[in-house]
Amino acid sequence: MTLTKADIVQQVYKNHPALTKAEAAKAVETFLAISKATLIKGEDLLLSGFGKFNVKDKRSRRGRNPQTGDELILDARRVVTFKPSGILRTRVNGS
Amino acid sequence: MNKSELIETLAAKIEVPVREAVSITTTILETMQQALADGDAIEIRGFGSFVVKEYGAYTGRNPKTGEKIKVEPKKLPFFKVGKDLRERVNEEAVKAAKKKKKKKK
Repeated sequence: MTLTKADIVQQVYKNHPALTKAEAAKAVETFLAISKATLIKGEDLLLSGFGKFNVKDKRSRRGRNPQTGDELILDARRVVTFKPSGILRTRVNGS
Repeated sequence: MNKSELIETLAAKIEVPVREAVSITTTILETMQQALADGDAIEIRGFGSFVVKEYGAYTGRNPKTGEKIKVEPKKLPFFKVGKDLRERVNEEAVKAAKKKKKKKK
């Protein structure tokens, strides 16, 4: 099964009787928008207990098209990586 | 940005007390953690997706001593950034690089 945004909204709605469905949806959207804006600014996002989203600058490098073997230059770029917290790693391994 | 800064921003934007924003944030993160603990994937359009990858047991080495060690099978959550976020993060970097170049000239 795959968890989607709608499932998260449903869970927030269920756990917070003070919120209407629309307010629960807005809360989740806003949570995601703040997270995205942080990363777009180039700032890391640390959600303790869950994990850390890092923004990393990659230098340009020579690469290859794996299909044709042609050499090409990969431009410098900025990427997002995720490092799960110890707590999350332990939970995923179900102890 | 850390969790408490995110919570404060969230409280201000949706106009709820901070303790309510704390509890909403906890619900969101707990829901995601529980899904991964159950081995489920998470897919959030525009943001990214998480999958749990399973690794079999293998023999590794202690890089310091070269000693052989058995590594037990394990699962690890993986994040793949969504297309929209990936492009926007990179766009900002490209913009910043262009500005720098102009200054040098």
